[in-house]
Amino acid sequence: MATVEHPQKTAWWNNAHNRALLFQILLAIGVSVFFAFIANNTIHNLEQRGISTGFAFLKQKAGFGIIQHLIPYTENDTYGRTFIVGLLNTILVSVLGIICATVLGFIVGVARLSSNWLVSKLAGIYIETFRNLPLLLQIFFWYFAVLRALPSPRNSLHIGEKFFLNIRGVYLPNPIFEQGFGWVEGALILAVLASIILKRWANKRQEETGEQFPVLWTATGLILILPTIAYFATGGPISWEYPVLKGFNFQGGITIIPELAALLIALSVYTASLIAEIVRSGILSVSHGQTEAAAALGLRPGKILRLVIIPQAMRVIIPQMTSQYLNLVKNSSLATAIGYPDLVAIFAGTTLNQTGQAIEVIAMTMAVYLTISLIISYFMNWYNARSQLRER
Amino acid sequence: MLVHTPHPDLPPPSTSVGVIGWARKNLFSTPLNSVLTLCALYIVVRFLPPVINWAILDANWAGSTRDACTDGGACWVFVKVRLTQFMFGFYPADQYWRVILAFGLLGVLIAWLLIEKTPKKSWVAAFTILVYPIIAFVLFYGGLGLPVVETNQWGGLMLTLILATIGMFFALPFGIILALGRRSSMPIPRALSVVFIELWRGVPLITVLFMSSVMLPLFMPEDLRIDKLVRALIGISLFQSAYMAEVIRGGLQALPKGQSEAADALGLSYWQAMFLIILPQALKTVIPGIVNTFIELFKDTTLVLIIGLMDLLSIVQSAFADPKWLGFSVEGYVFAGLVYWIFCFSMSQYSQHLERKLHTGHKR
Repeated sequence: MATVEHPQKTAWWNNAHNRALLFQILLAIGVSVFFAFIANNTIHNLEQRGISTGFAFLKQKAGFGIIQHLIPYTENDTYGRTFIVGLLNTILVSVLGIICATVLGFIVGVARLSSNWLVSKLAGIYIETFRNLPLLLQIFFWYFAVLRALPSPRNSLHIGEKFFLNIRGVYLPNPIFEQGFGWVEGALILAVLASIILKRWANKRQEETGEQFPVLWTATGLILILPTIAYFATGGPISWEYPVLKGFNFQGGITIIPELAALLIALSVYTASLIAEIVRSGILSVSHGQTEAAAALGLRPGKILRLVIIPQAMRVIIPQMTSQYLNLVKNSSLATAIGYPDLVAIFAGTTLNQTGQAIEVIAMTMAVYLTISLIISYFMNWYNARSQLRER
Repeated sequence: MLVHTPHPDLPPPSTSVGVIGWARKNLFSTPLNSVLTLCALYIVVRFLPPVINWAILDANWAGSTRDACTDGGACWVFVKVRLTQFMFGFYPADQYWRVILAFGLLGVLIAWLLIEKTPKKSWVAAFTILVYPIIAFVLFYGGLGLPVVETNQWGGLMLTLILATIGMFFALPFGIILALGRRSSMPIPRALSVVFIELWRGVPLITVLFMSSVMLPLFMPEDLRIDKLVRALIGISLFQSAYMAEVIRGGLQALPKGQSEAADALGLSYWQAMFLIILPQALKTVIPGIVNTFIELFKDTTLVLIIGLMDLLSIVQSAFADPKWLGFSVEGYVFAGLVYWIFCFSMSQYSQHLERKLHTGHKR
């Protein structure tokens, strides 16, 4: 008779649980030692160089000028304020860049899928050209080769006497809102609210009776017409301040400095080439069976696109698009190469060089970008969870 | 007997075949398409001839000084005169053969590994990973009888390629470790990997380069001087490994759970299962993603300009400041752009080729 072999007791280091524990303890010790080593060296090096740590430098006087500031700023302001100025400039170029890149990217992406051979090929050339060139090269090209070659203020390129383009930047009329403009804003808000209520009512009615209501056209009409009526009823409360050539430069109006223009063009054109590919792959990812099924149900082409293809394509497009937006925000830091005063150029550049507070400055700069990207990833996860296919 | 002989088929109407048919179908199928075609044609006719004139027909090719550029077009003489500097930076001219030899050898090795049906792939791969880096170091830097060339003399396309290749060389294994860590069931490695990956992916490369050039010397013992190029490489490798980890994680996630369960059932240890079963399959599916990451890395190497390294873009940019050659920035940018474009475009074509090859199962 075969004897039943009792399983031998395994040695403790062969137990998977113990091994995992041991490995983790070793890893934790290793990482701690590594960081302790770095901290120790850093403290020693800072003492050697006589740099005091801490954020007291944020209250000191900065003493340098910034060519573009969205909030009032003078040389007498503090380093803390340079941080805010740089941050706002970064946000400005990022928001403008995201809007331009999205619009351009969608147009090119749809053009790439067009049945028109020539249009599709041109879009293809655009995409392949710009996405295969380093962004920094494109920024340099627009800034040094294109905008630096523009005429001097006296020989500006212009449209009428209102828009001017020269080596110092782009000059646009500045709208001045006079009394009574509040009515126009109020009318706009009212129209938007009315449209939302209308949409709810139309959805409810469609669910109950099956009858449809042309919400899109009505809403467009409302949003366009109500503010226009208010505008003329209050007697046109907007006046324009035009840029005028005085001496060597233009005064008045809105000025877009060439650094901003070059950075914005390069970021938009580059990101648009990537967004175009995303849009294309998103639309192609909706299988042909979906279109055929929708057509078999009797939907017309416009409705197929709006109700069947786009919602499904969006599921593919949005996550990739968010990460492109994130890249655009991070890429806007290349501003420092042409001197656009963004967060990195101002704060991690000039402020760091003047104060020598490398650790604090770099940590604050990284924290800003990290916060932005964590917020965007959070939003993306939320959207993914919401729009995921619910199978079974 | 009467046999029915059918008439021969009539030829298709002339408007639906040949050039006219093609144009009707692809260019003028609807009124909107016709308008679009005309607009696109206008753009092509308006911009293409001047560009061709500038770049080729009216361009100046011969000569070696600024005076040679007399025609209205591009002055390629500028690029021609500076070409060796754009390629090799300030590397001593009598030592160029070392650079060419090192890259030539790398090219042969990579081609050997990529082309199908070449014999002894595993030996060549082992040679590339273990022996080639030593050979390359000796060739580029010096030693073993070759005169030493300091890294501040390296520059141009050579430096760009070195940055990209070494960045990749370190990012790939480090990325694999991070990806495995992130999918581990042990909390400490998982937390460390997640923090590492999200930290580097959340910040721009510029700040990473700033950090490696400004803060790294603070982190190290006082008497340890780290070369500027090495500092940049550390930054690039850390940054890139975070991206690589996410690409590889995608491949690991796409693998059915049955594979690792089967490996467990066979009694393979964790590392055996990883190296024999999981990673070969996971890496194969993400090769296109890895190539795309490499393209991004290749484009990102231009940022080292900001911390003062002389890569291709940076050396072209500094050539504009030469008082003898002022005003040829467009030519310089077009040349640098062309070089970058050729590298990136051919790599992206290769990645698309791989994607088509690997995804045959899903085709209709």
